Amino acid sequence: MQLTTLQSSPRSHSGGMSRRDFVRVCTLAAAAVGLPGTAAKAFAEAAAKGKRPSVIWLSFQECTGCTESLLRTSHPALDELIVDLISLDYHEALLAPSGHLAEEARKKAMRENDGKYILVCEGAIPTKDNGIYCKIGGRTALDLVKEAADHAGAIIAIGSCASFGGIAAADPNPTGAQGIPQVLAGKTVVTLPGCPANPYIFLGTALQFATYGKLPALDELGRPKFAYGRTVHEHCPRRAHFDAGRFAVQFGDEGHRQGWCLYKLGCKGPQTHASCSVLHFCDVVNAWPIGIGHPCVGCTEQKLAFRVPIHDTVEIDRPVPPDTYPAINPEHAGISPTATGVAGLVGGALIGAGLVASRKLGTPNGSPTHTESKE
Amino acid sequence: MHAHAQPIGGTLLNRPYKVILALATLGIALIVWRFAAGLGATTALSDGYPWGLWIAFDVVTGTALACGGYAMALLVYVFNKGRYHPLVRPAVLTSALGYSIAGLSVVIDVGRPWYIWRVPLYFWHWNLNSALLEVALCIMSYVFVLWIELSPAFLERWGTGEGKVARVSRAISPWLDKVLVWILALGVLLPTMHQSSLGSLIVLTGPKLNLLWNTAFLPLLFLISCLAMGYAAVVLESTLANWLFGRPMETKLLAKLERVAAWGMLGFVVLRLADLAWRGHFALALRADHYAVLFWLENLLMLSPFWAAFGPRGNPGRLFRGAMFLVLGGALFRFDTYLVAFNPGPGWHYFPSVQEIFVTLGLVALEIAIYIALVRQFPILGALPSRRPAEAVHQEERKWLNAS
Amino acid sequence: MDTDRRSLLKGFAASAALTVIPAEAEARERKTAPKNAVGLLYDATKCIGCKACVVACKEANGLPPDTTGYGGGLYDAPQSLNASTKNIIQLYEEGNEHSFVKKQCMHCIDPGCVGACMLGALQKREYGIVTWDPDLCIGCRYCQMACPFNVPKFEWSKLNPKIVKCELCNHRLAEGKEPACSEVCPRKAVIFGEYHELLTEAHRRLAEHPDLYVPKVYGEHDLGGTQVLYLSHVPFEKLGFRFGTDQPVPETQQTVTHAVYKGFAAPLALYAVLGAVMFRNRKREGSEEEPPEDSN
Repeated sequence: MQLTTLQSSPRSHSGGMSRRDFVRVCTLAAAAVGLPGTAAKAFAEAAAKGKRPSVIWLSFQECTGCTESLLRTSHPALDELIVDLISLDYHEALLAPSGHLAEEARKKAMRENDGKYILVCEGAIPTKDNGIYCKIGGRTALDLVKEAADHAGAIIAIGSCASFGGIAAADPNPTGAQGIPQVLAGKTVVTLPGCPANPYIFLGTALQFATYGKLPALDELGRPKFAYGRTVHEHCPRRAHFDAGRFAVQFGDEGHRQGWCLYKLGCKGPQTHASCSVLHFCDVVNAWPIGIGHPCVGCTEQKLAFRVPIHDTVEIDRPVPPDTYPAINPEHAGISPTATGVAGLVGGALIGAGLVASRKLGTPNGSPTHTESKE
Repeated sequence: MHAHAQPIGGTLLNRPYKVILALATLGIALIVWRFAAGLGATTALSDGYPWGLWIAFDVVTGTALACGGYAMALLVYVFNKGRYHPLVRPAVLTSALGYSIAGLSVVIDVGRPWYIWRVPLYFWHWNLNSALLEVALCIMSYVFVLWIELSPAFLERWGTGEGKVARVSRAISPWLDKVLVWILALGVLLPTMHQSSLGSLIVLTGPKLNLLWNTAFLPLLFLISCLAMGYAAVVLESTLANWLFGRPMETKLLAKLERVAAWGMLGFVVLRLADLAWRGHFALALRADHYAVLFWLENLLMLSPFWAAFGPRGNPGRLFRGAMFLVLGGALFRFDTYLVAFNPGPGWHYFPSVQEIFVTLGLVALEIAIYIALVRQFPILGALPSRRPAEAVHQEERKWLNAS
Repeated sequence: MDTDRRSLLKGFAASAALTVIPAEAEARERKTAPKNAVGLLYDATKCIGCKACVVACKEANGLPPDTTGYGGGLYDAPQSLNASTKNIIQLYEEGNEHSFVKKQCMHCIDPGCVGACMLGALQKREYGIVTWDPDLCIGCRYCQMACPFNVPKFEWSKLNPKIVKCELCNHRLAEGKEPACSEVCPRKAVIFGEYHELLTEAHRRLAEHPDLYVPKVYGEHDLGGTQVLYLSHVPFEKLGFRFGTDQPVPETQQTVTHAVYKGFAAPLALYAVLGAVMFRNRKREGSEEEPPEDSN
């Protein structure tokens, strides 16, 4: 894939791509994030007017997977349209220049769009030993992110690493890696966890902010509710198998071949808030873990990702009814044989004692054996 | 010739008594467990069978077994048969203990016993249609009445000698004597009310009650059976007490009581069968199912004095047997009404858990233990029958009291 | 015949006479639904067994899932109404015949549980909804004995047990919302509304589609009438409605009790009689030196 430069983009919306395709992409983006059709129009119009939001994308302790995920869209070439819909003023992996020139570009973008640019952070921030474990241009990541955040209009932490530390923060976390919200305490940070995050979520969030000046509704962890409001379990195409009790128990077994539920193989779907089941990756249908037959690993959840073994089962937080039905007159607890036995013994003993007593009290021929009271 | 009631003395903690105490202790321990772990963990009760052994036996049957006081009060104080007077005190003791244990059983059976005090106190909330309210209030009052009825025995004992207790006892006695009539009248009224209400209680379960037992006459049937069981219980306890404590038997007197009980039960069975036929369900009694078998077993047992007790000579053994089976029949009837005839629907089952059984046994043992302790200490047993009616005996008692 | 026996039989006869009165007592008046009564109409022909109502009820009432039993903890799978389940969908299946049925409190017009409850913890309150007051309940479970539908459930496993049953989401009604079950039903198999309107609607459906339904609205008269009404295409007994009598549950017992007690008149009268007799016996005995002997 060719790297494009900021200044010369061979494909602009007015050039290589038809207007129709362009609007279609906007609609797609709007739909993906739950905005109405009118939003698509607004996105397109804003872009046409040249009002493209400035995006400064900083990279820290990351694998660049989130960026790659963004670029791995091909129907249409979203990578290029991103460049047309937004103004990607700084991105280490995608920039043509490097070194001091790149730093100049960044500072210029920050200056010119002070208070308005969207700061996107990819990767975790090491905090141990004053954060020396990630330095760019001689400055620590901690420093850079704080400076950038102070002048940003919106802050988006893309990917699990930026959201809560991700794999960089996995035990024993030798660098003291933390997520963006943790190092920018007090600031509103939109987190888009996922390993990688789904690109459409980012696109929708950014466009909504650019067009309407507002961020989407966020949950208590800063995740957009439109994408992270439900668990994978609630939205899973294999849910019917779960409800019916049909589970794959081993990779390759009959159930697995039939596409049965992967819960018993350790699927973290029940505790993982994500949109993967409805928004697949790389624009390829079923390009997501469960879609290819592997249990969800819970990459969006801090308590699961890189912490709980992949094949460990999790609890169902809010169990709901299965696919079966109780009968009209279900059987309830039966009778304890021990108790019956005990009761029989006790009853028998009492009656027996009574009979023995009655025999002792009287004689066979009827005359009493004891003194009667004189009357 | 007669003698006044006196403590029978003797060793309290002999071998048999220790066994009884052990059972009672086990029962109390299980009661503590019931409160610590909850009803679900210690009983076999369920939503289908919310009432089990503790209600059907301890309360419904236990109070009938404890109707001796009621039955004797009726005989001696209302029908004025003074010769039975010596049997009154022991019967009242059994009743007082039996009803107290029944009350305790209720406290351990209900799920929210910390609100029990609200039942008698929150009169503005009373649901006057509730048969259970009537039973509850009646039994609560009757327990008091019974202990007051019994109190002359305690006051007699405490009133001897010097000291504050003795003086107070002697001061209370004449006052108590005056109001006793009105207490005794309550002692007949209250059981009449609540024993019949125990019948009404189960009538409310209406469609869930098997037709062999389900009749609007249940209150009357419960009343008759409790009186008959009361007399029979007096026969049993009197015979046992006299035999075990080495005292003379009172077979002739008891035989008369048993006759009353037997005829009462005959009336019961006749009424029951007539009602069943009149309701058009006699055919149910002729089926080959466990309901019919139990139905007839109850009737047979309740009439047992006719085939097991009466004979040419008053034989205490046969009398005892007759009374025992009659009581068994009455108990079976009450037990069946609450646990066999009551059918919550298919899928539900109930049999008391081992803990429930041993709590009941333990409470019965407790009752026996206290009975024995009290008759040894207080003038309850010991009176011999007299040909003279109640009041004359009463006067003798007072003279004796003032003399000591 | 012994005088003993004779007088006692006299006594029995007297009490028998007193209690024979049930046969002649006026039956107590049958109750009707309160004017502003609300209820549910459940049409089994529309129910698809999706159990959304079961989930919604648990959520609206803060009830925990019932993970014991089927499924080893993965599901909320109560087998019947219980202390954590106020609403349930059951399945009737016999050969080719099948139907779902929703079970919850029927909110009877003359409830057995209300007749039973000593302090009125269970009562028909606002809109005729039968609700439970924890401050007046001692946990005696008489209501469970009395209910012909086995609706009230008890928290057997708790040390502070409650009676648990559907209360028509009256906490939601107070906020102007309808019960959770009827709100969430995707096919409007269960609908909430004013009781008399629901009854009219039920009859309208029976008239319009007689081939679809068993020609009866269960709950219209059954057991004195219930505010939750049912329509079905299979016989109601098959759905677990065991009783088809029109007689309200408390009728017999209350008729008997009132006839005998007549308010509190009979007990008071009896007390007066007993007191007088005993008093007279005592006096009579005390005044004579040698009282007459009994023949025995």
